[in-house]
Amino acid sequence: METAIDITQLCVAYGDTVVLDGVDAHIEKGDIAVILGGSGCGKSTLLKSIIGLVEPRSGKIEVLGFDAATLDEKTRPELLVRLGVMFQYGALLNSLTIADNLALPLEMHTDLSSELIEAIVRTRLASVSLSHAYDLFPNELSGGMRKRAALARAMTLDPEILFCDEPSAGLDPVTAAEIDELLLTLNRELGTTIVIVTHELLSISRLDGRLIMLDKGRVVFTGSVAEAHSSEHKTVYPFFHPGENKT
Amino acid sequence: MSPVRSDGRTLVFSGALDIGNLNQIDVEVQELLQSADPGEWVAELGQLQHIDTAGAIFLHRLPTAAEASGHRLQLQNLPEQLQPFFDFADPGQQTVPEPAAKLSALESLGESISQFNAGALDFLYLLSDLTYFAIHSIVHRGGIRRDSFVDQAYSIGAQALPIISLIIFLIGAVSALQSAVQLRQFGADIFVADLLAIGITRELGPLMTAIMVSGRSGSAIAAEIATMKFTEELDALRTMALEPLRFVAVPKLWAMVICMPLLTIMADFVGILGGTFVGITSMGIAPTAFLTQVASSLFLKDVLTGLTKSVFFAWIITIIAVYRGLNFSGGAVGVGKAITSSVVSSLVGIIILDLLFNLLFY
Repeated sequence: METAIDITQLCVAYGDTVVLDGVDAHIEKGDIAVILGGSGCGKSTLLKSIIGLVEPRSGKIEVLGFDAATLDEKTRPELLVRLGVMFQYGALLNSLTIADNLALPLEMHTDLSSELIEAIVRTRLASVSLSHAYDLFPNELSGGMRKRAALARAMTLDPEILFCDEPSAGLDPVTAAEIDELLLTLNRELGTTIVIVTHELLSISRLDGRLIMLDKGRVVFTGSVAEAHSSEHKTVYPFFHPGENKT
Repeated sequence: MSPVRSDGRTLVFSGALDIGNLNQIDVEVQELLQSADPGEWVAELGQLQHIDTAGAIFLHRLPTAAEASGHRLQLQNLPEQLQPFFDFADPGQQTVPEPAAKLSALESLGESISQFNAGALDFLYLLSDLTYFAIHSIVHRGGIRRDSFVDQAYSIGAQALPIISLIIFLIGAVSALQSAVQLRQFGADIFVADLLAIGITRELGPLMTAIMVSGRSGSAIAAEIATMKFTEELDALRTMALEPLRFVAVPKLWAMVICMPLLTIMADFVGILGGTFVGITSMGIAPTAFLTQVASSLFLKDVLTGLTKSVFFAWIITIIAVYRGLNFSGGAVGVGKAITSSVVSSLVGIIILDLLFNLLFY
């Protein structure tokens, strides 16, 4: 198996507050990796560090063979066009229609004709069941639809790694399951490596990926969902058995 | 009957102990404890029927309160049905965080200067980056959406035409009326036209246009960028390998720098028209005489200076608005603050630039 992401002794701090402290993680190509943990444990910061939105204090982040922490402004786009990111609240550009949002990466990073771009956009929208939203603006969509549109945008350039920040948070169970199913399909059909940040137990079980659990900025568990369920670790157990007292 | 009474060295609580009567009970207990000699006490709770959070916390703290008066107090016989509530409301060992050390006046001053320096440095970085991107992108159009300049020019320029025309027409009319009152005393009514032409083209036209654009479009730019930051749209652009400054701010700067001189030309024209209207209707000056006087007093240098000023005003308004938008923090309140500080800082910047231009050219 080839390495998609390799993180070594990553430390990230906001001012004096250390958020990630010596994180090690390894994700293979084609994997589904789930970064999980309680609120404030550093999940989103880890994700942002990997995609270059947060500068680490020390440590190494290797993404698709690039040293992500030290990329210069000229090399960074080479890596970024191979990644897709779905933000927690979609982060669709509110001034553009859904179609324009999806077309944006294609217009900016390819020299495809406008007809072909339109066809790609329509196909992507159909794949997330949003064909009818082509000319709508983000504020005209429901929360679940916005997330699906964001997923479609993240997939526009057929990224090798797709990052999703809380993809099913705040959604009703049916929509959350649809989003999870979409992610599984992308992984299965296109071989896309998927890195998900979540703390939704149902999603974690459905995706059945490799878990990387954080607590207070450190990795406290890595393994499968089944291993996590049977773990006696003081942080892992209450997470997977909420409301139960460990005997 | 009071819910608390003393029976020798026993405090007997009965009925309800809740937020409604706790203050009275607290006073009575304190009086009882303070009037007695130090010694062993018991709080008999067997007759209590109801406690709420406040009552439970009061009971938890009672032994410590008694200790302050030199007594030792023990709680006993709390009814079983009240036990869960009593346990749940245990304040426990609360640690009060130490307040942050208060800075001296000198330290506060140093902190303010340090923050100002950091802000000024950030602003200078942004100013140089945005100016560089704006010039560089004229040739290298990558990272900028095709129609964004046209959209921005329409919003900043075309849509501002009616309001700027109305305001500057009225300002021209008011200026003519005010100057006419003075000049009439010397029989020099016709010189209203000179005053108007020079005043509008050199000063009022570019300045009033800039002030209105700052309030209308500068605030909109700050709000848009702050909101984009809040909703992670700027982060999304970065992850799509798009530089937010180039994608979002450059088209706005271009539109502002192109539209502001055009708006100023229009403002010059409409402002003089407003004054001419007053000259004709209320001063009885013939239209041809008034306009001939305007034409004779206008110099190309005045018009060009006004237009040059307007380009710099556009530049400073955009950069300040982008800076305020990017440095936004917090939610809805933060967006409001970004807008306010953008408009206020822009006005200060415009006036300072105007002063510099006047020192340079006149």
